[in-house]
Order: sequence, then C-alpha cells, then structure tokens
Amino acid sequence: MFVKYLPLLWAGLMRRKTRTVLTLLSVVAAFTLFGMLDAVRIAFNAPNSVAGINRLIVTSRFSIIQPLPFAYTSRIQAITGVRNLAYAIWFGGVYQDRKNFFPNMAVSVHEYLTIHPELVLPAAQQQAFRHTRTGAIVGKTLVERFGWKIGDKIPLEATIFPKKDGGNIWTFDLVGIFHADRPELQGIERQMLFHYDYVDEGRMQDQGTVGWYIVQVDDPADSDRVALAIDRLFANSAHETKTQSEKDFQRSFVKQIGNIGLIVSIIMGAVFFTLVLLTGNTMMQAIRERIPELAVLKTIGFPNRIVLLLVLSEAIVIMLCGGLGGLMLAHTLLPVMATATSGQLNLPLTLSTWLLGVALMILIGLLIGLPPALRTLRLNVVDALRG
Amino acid sequence: MAHGSRQNPAAPDAQPEQDAGTTVELVRLRGVSKSYSRGKQRVEVLHHIDLDIPEGDFVALMGPSGSGKTTLLNLIAGLDSPTHGSVSIAGQRIDHLSSGALARWRATHVGFVFQFYNLLPMLSAQKNVELPLLLTRLSAAQRRRHANIALQLVGLAGRASHRPGELSGGQQQRVAIARALVSDPMLLVCDEPTGDLDRQSAEEVLRLLQRLNREYGKTLILVTHDPKAAEHALRTRHLDKGTLVEQG
Repeated sequence: MFVKYLPLLWAGLMRRKTRTVLTLLSVVAAFTLFGMLDAVRIAFNAPNSVAGINRLIVTSRFSIIQPLPFAYTSRIQAITGVRNLAYAIWFGGVYQDRKNFFPNMAVSVHEYLTIHPELVLPAAQQQAFRHTRTGAIVGKTLVERFGWKIGDKIPLEATIFPKKDGGNIWTFDLVGIFHADRPELQGIERQMLFHYDYVDEGRMQDQGTVGWYIVQVDDPADSDRVALAIDRLFANSAHETKTQSEKDFQRSFVKQIGNIGLIVSIIMGAVFFTLVLLTGNTMMQAIRERIPELAVLKTIGFPNRIVLLLVLSEAIVIMLCGGLGGLMLAHTLLPVMATATSGQLNLPLTLSTWLLGVALMILIGLLIGLPPALRTLRLNVVDALRG
Repeated sequence: MAHGSRQNPAAPDAQPEQDAGTTVELVRLRGVSKSYSRGKQRVEVLHHIDLDIPEGDFVALMGPSGSGKTTLLNLIAGLDSPTHGSVSIAGQRIDHLSSGALARWRATHVGFVFQFYNLLPMLSAQKNVELPLLLTRLSAAQRRRHANIALQLVGLAGRASHRPGELSGGQQQRVAIARALVSDPMLLVCDEPTGDLDRQSAEEVLRLLQRLNREYGKTLILVTHDPKAAEHALRTRHLDKGTLVEQG
C-alpha cells in the first residue's frame, strides 16, 4: 500500500544529496562503532563455561592477582582426569622503557611446554631452555621487534618482584625463539617465558606461590567435572580457587581495567546521544525547507497520516540504510581485527547484535522523525502556501 | 478523464441546497465572513459575501492586494473555513467538514494551480502530475496513463520525464495545470497562475485555461491582478476591502 509513495520518499531523501550522504555516513560510523563495541560487550558479558575444553586455568577465586600456594600442585595432580599440570606467574618486567610492554611470565618449563604444543621451537633450543636456569624463550614477533638474537642477555626491570638482594634487574639468557603452530595464535609470539624456579628462588616476596595453574585434562568432555572437583577441593580454605577456560581467564585479565560492559555501554550511549542530536537537527532542517512542498501535498488532499508517515519513513529509512551499512562494515572489520591481533580479539557479530541494532535504528528513526512529523501535522496550509 | 461536473452524494455531510427548477450553482456562498486574529486584534478580511458560480463558469476574481481574493478562493476550495456563513459546493456544505474530511473532499473535487507552480523539484513532470492519483485506488499503470493524458492535454507529453528545473516557467505552470486536472475535479482554482510568467507564457497558460473551460466544461475561478488575464474569463467579480463590489 505504502509502495506507491516510495517516489515521494525518494524525492525527499534526494532533495539535498550531499546532506543525505553526510547524514548516512554519520549513521554508518555510529553503527560500525556499535557493532564492534557490542561484540566486545557480549564477549565480556558471556557466561563462563569450560565444557569441551582440554586446558583449564585455576586462579584464586577472589582475584587473579591473588597468588595460590605452590602446595596445591600435588593435590590437583591427584584429581582423576588431570593429565598434566603446569603453573605460572605474571612477572610484569619492563624492558628499557615502560612503553615497551609485552607479556612476560615465569613458568614451570617442562610441564608448560608439554601442555602448550602450539609453542613451536627447535628441539635443541627446547633442550637449552629446559636446562638453562636463567634461560628464556621469546616469540618471533617480539624478537623481531627488539632485534634480539640467541645468546643475547635480556635485562628486565621488576615491577612486582624485586630480588632478594634488593636489586631490581633480572637478567635472562635468550636460548630459544618460538612461533605459533597456527596463524590464529600468532598473538603468543609477543610473549617471553622463563623459569619459575629462577624467579621464585630469587624474589623477595611471595615465595612458594604461583599466579595460576594450567590443568590439562584427559578428556575434554570431562572438563566440567574436573573443574568442579578442583574448586570443591579448596572450598572453604584460605585460598579458594576458580577454575575456568583460558578464554575466560583472559577475559578476567582484561576486566582488571574495569567493568568493560559498563564502559562499552556508556560509550555507545554517548555515540547514540550525539547521533540523535545531529540527525535530529538535520531532519528538522530538511523538513523546514520542504514546508511549501508538504503544504502542497496537504492542499491536494494528502491526509495528515500519509504526510506523517512520509516524514517518519524518511528518518527511519536513513537510519536503516546507514545502520545496516555500519553493521555490515563492522561485520567486515571484526575478522580483519581478529587477524591483526593474531586471534586475540576474535569477536564475531552475533544475531543479537544485529537484532538490537535494527531495533535501535527504528527507535532512533522514530525519535528524530517525530518532531518534524508532528510539525507537519500542525502545518497550516493557508499560511504555508502564503509563504 | 471524465468531463463535466459531478456531485458527491455519498458524502455524509452532503446537504443539497438547490431550489427546484433553478440552475445548479456549483459554488454558493451565503453571508460568508472571515476574520483572523492578529495578536489581540481581530481583522475581518471578508464581510458577508454572497456569491453564486454556476457549473461551467469561468470567473475572474480581481481586486487590490489585501482585498480578500485569496481568502475567498481558499474558502471555496476547502482550504479554510469561514467565520460565519455557509459555503456549498455542488450542493454540499463544506464549511462544517473536519480537516480530514475536507482533505478527502479536496482530493476528489478541486484542482489547484498556484502562482509559483509548487511542483516537487525531485520528481519528473509525469510523477508530479501523478501525485493526486496516489490517493486513489488506480494501479501504477493506470496512474501513468492518466498522467500522460493530462500532459498531452497541456501540450507537454514530450517532456514527461523532465524535472521542473529542466522546464521553463510556462511549462512548469502547464505541468501544474495537468496535475490539477488529472483527478478530473469539478472545480479548478487558480491563484495568480500567470503572476510569475512573461507575457507570452502567461497568454499560453490563460488560453489553456480558457480551453479547459470551453471544451471540457471545467468550472474555473481565477484570482488575478492583471486585467488582461481577467479578460479570458467569462465573468469578473471585484473585491474591495473584503466586499464584492461589482457583478460582471
């Protein structure tokens, strides 16, 4: 029924092409941002699950920066279904300057390399790492970044763990360079790993503790039970545990910054508030310019509801065209971002984001279309024709 | 397009007012006054107007600026309502109709021609002419056919795909006349249709209006300042300070 009015709608939109295109672009930009941020929000608000996972991370139940006793090692290993157990601490060392940030961790070398087959390095370098107490292995990307080579001594300034002797500089021997076994894991090539024993014995505080345990299960289908068994084992102890997937662990790490979901929601709110003001003003201006034309339509008998519908549709069409364009752009950009971050930011655009996006487009369309539409309703034809 | 006048007996507000044995007056105004509020002041623009225009007539309304010509035309065309008095068109009282009912009535009974053409700049001549037909149940093909006939009638069939900006002033006004005609209204109201045209274009437009009256029986009311334009009408009515002063 409304189809026959489409040429009128089109005429309205095309009356000032530049303005329509610029408005569309602002809507595209806003919804591209919405698509990407909502993917982040969903990723951070997703419920934790360990189902089907063959590696679990055990941290303190209360905070990932709270250390766990090293003594848990044997008790976790004793749980049925645990195949291997490694542990690690976040060292947080700084190379030359704080801006040179990269992840560096002290790990239980033998178990860590066993549990992480995605770390690929020549057998000889692996052996050197296992047997060199001050040895470190570094990812290919990081080596290229600083121009390091095997045999280099790499000094890291401690930010968390000063040495027993009061010194702050830990020196490591670069004995191996690893790469990831598949492209989507290239993010790990920015890491530096060294011996837990070396750090634990040399540090001034927190000796005999680990940052987190990494558990390899016999059967991924059994990971739920294993996770539950670990957490039950330490329930009501001084150091209760939280066992989760690696993905959830990484999420917890980022969540230290703050409530990501809330931050994202506030940014999106600000973006849409600005969008409503900008496009609302543009719509008012566009309709104001067309008052004589709308008056003619009413003069020749167009009922108020059709004129109202035309103005509202114009706003909604702009929002839908720009908004869907923006979401499609986000859909294209997210995989690019995933590749660029070596899979660390792998955020798919979900159906719920699309649906929420379309609902927002219609809602904003109505919000910005209603004031000019109501103005056309109140339009006095005689006055408007008189100019 | 059908020719001649029609009544709309289906309209619920229809109140036939004709006397038996007399000619049907298409337009009948009785004791019409119109006043506007300007701040705290009340300005009466029309005073007790009685006016009859028979079907098939071509009346020119003349008078100085501010004499109430356009106000009178607006009342006859159902764009405005009188403060006092009655306005009947083809026997139907329109002065009591709601704004929605008036819009429906205008869509089927009146064609409008304005001084500045008032075409939609982004639509082709044909789409502009089709506009009133969007309010009917005609199919797209039927609308196109009707619009083409109307454009042929005003001599612009060859410019159907042109936008208003690509047409001269005279041509734009002829498109506007085609738009006014396309729904076959019983009454055409023209407010200074030649006011923005050069003499030659104005002459063409006036001859076209004359032809619509003579050959197609359309009832026309022409508001104009120009005595030469008024000469094309069958009769002239003069308005001065809101009162009809002369019968032509």
